[in-house]
Amino acid sequence: MSNMRKRWLLAAVAAVSVPLALSACGKADKGGSADCAPYADFGKHEDTQVTMYSTVRDAEADQLTATFKDFEECTGIEIKYEGNGDFEAQIGIRVDGGNAPDIAVFPQPGLMAKFAGKLKPASEKLKSIVTANYSKDWQNYGTVNGTLYGTSFDANVKSFVWYSPKLFKEKGYAVPKTWAELITLTDKIKADGIATPWCAGIESGEATGWPATDWLEDMVLRTAGPETYDKWVKHEIPFDDPAIATALDRVGSILRNQDYVGKVSAIATTSFQAAGLPILENKCGLHRQASFYAAQWPQGTKVAEDGDVFAFYLPGDDAAKKPILGAGQFVTAFTDRPEVEAVRQYLASGVFFNERMKKGPFTTANKQADPNNATDPVIKLSMQLLRDDTATFRFDGSDLMPAEVGSAKFWKEMTAWIAEGKDTKATLAAIEAAWPK
Amino acid sequence: MDQIDILDELPKFGQLGIGVVAFVLVVGFLLFLVDRLPGFDKGRFAAAVFLFPTVLLLAVGLLFPALRTVWLSFFDKDGESFVGVANYTWMFKDPDIRGVLGNTLIWVIAVPILSAGIGLIYAIMIDRLKVEALAKALVFLPMGISFVGAGIIWRFVYAYKPEGEDQIGLLNQIVVWLGGEPQQWLLNPPWNTFFLIVVMVWIQTGFATVVLSASIKAIPTEIVEAARLDGVNAWQMFWRVTVPSIRPAIVVVLVTMSIAALKLFDLVRTMTAGNFKTSVIANEMYTQAFRLLDKGHGAALAVFLFVLVTPIIFYQVRAMRARREER
Amino acid sequence: MTTATVTTDQPEPKAEKGPGRAGRAKKRLTGRTASLIALVIALLWTTPTFGLLLSSFRPEGEIKTNGWWNFFTDPAFTFDNYTQVLLSDTSSGRLGSYFFSSLVITIPAVLFPVAFASFAAYALSWIRFKGRDTLFVLIFALQVVPLQMALVPLLQMFQAWFGFEDEQKFIQIWFAHTCFALPFAVFLLHNFMSELPGDVIEAARVDGANHGTIFRKIVLPLVTPALASLTIFQFLWVWNDLLVALVFGNGKETAPMTVRLAELAGSRGEEWQRLTAGAFISIVVPLIVFLALQRYFVRGLLAGSVKG
Repeated sequence: MSNMRKRWLLAAVAAVSVPLALSACGKADKGGSADCAPYADFGKHEDTQVTMYSTVRDAEADQLTATFKDFEECTGIEIKYEGNGDFEAQIGIRVDGGNAPDIAVFPQPGLMAKFAGKLKPASEKLKSIVTANYSKDWQNYGTVNGTLYGTSFDANVKSFVWYSPKLFKEKGYAVPKTWAELITLTDKIKADGIATPWCAGIESGEATGWPATDWLEDMVLRTAGPETYDKWVKHEIPFDDPAIATALDRVGSILRNQDYVGKVSAIATTSFQAAGLPILENKCGLHRQASFYAAQWPQGTKVAEDGDVFAFYLPGDDAAKKPILGAGQFVTAFTDRPEVEAVRQYLASGVFFNERMKKGPFTTANKQADPNNATDPVIKLSMQLLRDDTATFRFDGSDLMPAEVGSAKFWKEMTAWIAEGKDTKATLAAIEAAWPK
Repeated sequence: MDQIDILDELPKFGQLGIGVVAFVLVVGFLLFLVDRLPGFDKGRFAAAVFLFPTVLLLAVGLLFPALRTVWLSFFDKDGESFVGVANYTWMFKDPDIRGVLGNTLIWVIAVPILSAGIGLIYAIMIDRLKVEALAKALVFLPMGISFVGAGIIWRFVYAYKPEGEDQIGLLNQIVVWLGGEPQQWLLNPPWNTFFLIVVMVWIQTGFATVVLSASIKAIPTEIVEAARLDGVNAWQMFWRVTVPSIRPAIVVVLVTMSIAALKLFDLVRTMTAGNFKTSVIANEMYTQAFRLLDKGHGAALAVFLFVLVTPIIFYQVRAMRARREER
Repeated sequence: MTTATVTTDQPEPKAEKGPGRAGRAKKRLTGRTASLIALVIALLWTTPTFGLLLSSFRPEGEIKTNGWWNFFTDPAFTFDNYTQVLLSDTSSGRLGSYFFSSLVITIPAVLFPVAFASFAAYALSWIRFKGRDTLFVLIFALQVVPLQMALVPLLQMFQAWFGFEDEQKFIQIWFAHTCFALPFAVFLLHNFMSELPGDVIEAARVDGANHGTIFRKIVLPLVTPALASLTIFQFLWVWNDLLVALVFGNGKETAPMTVRLAELAGSRGEEWQRLTAGAFISIVVPLIVFLALQRYFVRGLLAGSVKG
């Protein structure tokens, strides 16, 4: 290393005249003691670089790049990672500008499908890895018109209700197993003097409204069933089908019920990040939000079944049926150099996911990943649900729908439905009208 | 923890070195060229040398993209098949987009008037004050804050919590102290647009103050003294001396603010993301072109921006002609 | 030219006998009401920022649950936000590194447009040639082209012709910033330059000075305040820019502070309290630049030169 430094210093003297020579002198932190056996499959690709682009940033990005260390050391591939909060818009600019990353992690399959023409299909080898490591459903989410483009990266379970185990214990509440029990519990919480049994917030910058779309999807799964849900997502039934209106009214029985949530329009301007925090102060009892909400609790909050906060499965009418709403991101590639292929295979393999899970909160649907590596109990619970054969898993519908609906009109109209008290029928009809012909 | 590994940063400074050397070379060469040219009256050559870099960069960086945008506005979302004026009819038919156009109009009218007005008053009030530098710095401060920062700052002003809870937003706290009911400032149109405009004015007044103040300082002392000798009062001084003398600067400020309001993008994006009927053209354009990947719609909105600026251009041309005649 | 004519029209003797009245007029202009109005504006403008400053020293739990004014009744003080922003060692790079990138981006991205625009503005205001007004109006009109629309074509050009990598991408960023800045810069400087008194330039011309000399020796010094303002604004825009940096310089080699700031809030915006400190750290440099350039806002440059 010190030799290296000296070379840098020498080069630096000449920096003004020949600085280009410098960039050739990349990072070469070699000679580590990593166990390379698990990485033998990915081959040797000395002094190659693969760029990777996704929405993941800050602490999560650090954990991700820390996970890559051994892989990079053993294969000689340097993964140049970049995370950006405006990924959805930036990826289009980069692809159009001829500057696409090697690997892109798409936050929604619907967006991924728009780029299918530019993406590289999975190789035979990658396909066999995916077939072995993922359930049929999860393979399908990464498939466009019969071709596999994306491999599942992280996954989350959205059908969760966060609550305070302390409060439940103190008041003698039980975790509800059916919708009816949930409503009884809600009324009890209200009667016990907590003014707003439910807290909710759907503000999320330009994605404002998405938590409300999750609510509707969860209810469609519960009131109309998975088959109708599939038809609805594929637009085989109109968006404003009566079954969907029933589900939305079910959502309204909580989210638009002033007795349950307080001022309804306040939900529209409450950020989803802050929405559940009042649970900690016993200012509200229940908050429906995905497993990833675990990251929102302030430092020092104990997330556990006997801790400060925990989550239970959002029940439906029938305790025997267990539909689960979830979502996740997908790894794709815009180039097919051998080292890029190696990274793709690595990012679908058990060795990646198990290492990643040990580094910090991370949930995946990959079958090779061991739930016992989970860093918190909600992740463990999520992974168990994702593997539960009796449960019916469905992917977040707004992520699968065309962007004009799934990441625009659906959000906007659900926001209006809450903020302006817009009529259920009119709301659904407006979304139906935006569906691309 | 070692925070800065200076050796890792050297390539950057190498690049900076190249940049600065290139700057010195280019500028030096151009000045050298102009100096070698024949005298004053052979101005065409000098003009060519002086204008060359600007014209070249603008042609590549803005003119070509602008023409491409006009072209794309007649094509479909992938920019492949010709659709005539369909994107334009969409723009005027879609009620949401019509609202967006209306909002932009409000912005273009309110922002220049408010920020130039307040900036002018402030610049005059603090002129010659002992604490002028500090006073200017205070109003200038918001300009130095990025839009992300401004978003946070105003969250602490506009934030809403239901009655009875601790307020985070200053405005609602004041309302509560006065015995009122907390309001959701950013929720209800058209007032939410007004509250966003307040933020823009807060940011841009610093610009107006700095430009106008520089201009006030350029008013020849003789004029001011002469007016004083004629016994004018402060009001007359303002309208008869100050304003006419700094008219060019006021025009600069008004024009710049109007264009800034037309192109406004980041602020709406960080504060409401265009929700609750607060969207403006540039924000909608970005959403259509890059989020919804509809190049045609995005381009048509951009072209509409060009159209909106034509009145300002006409004004500028007239002002230029008038000045020429004065000369 | 209003300024020049008025100056010469005033008979000299009058100016000598009036300090008393002038003094009174001055008093009225910057009198008590005026100071009060100025104070109110300054207060209104500073309060929101002050709230942010206080918040940046409050613990996360407090920031997220109650208002910053509670600091006065219930002071809870911490440097956590600052230490997290300044010291948290991320694999994506250290804060110092982002800071240097911001500097490397900003310096040339201010120098180039200011220089090129002053050339162009001079030519457009003081050299007579055919099509001059048309050219000026065209440049002026380009101000309205939304830079978002120029991103893709420019990026395509760089990728196709140059293929810059790593640190070389700074060149793209400078280029883009320069293009986007020029219309406004030319417009601003043109308006100031064309207001200069014609007789000064005429006098120089009679003395045999060529355009290069007039530009350097006469025009530039006279528009110093305008140059200083332009430099400040261009500095601010570049320093606070996120979009151009994201599109034209990807990767940690070129990422400026704004990229780090946007990242600070976490993947799902859960750590937004850190932005309170981040915003303050990023404001320091623009403020220094502003205060440093203040002294170029000099009074009476123009008047002095007319007499001389």
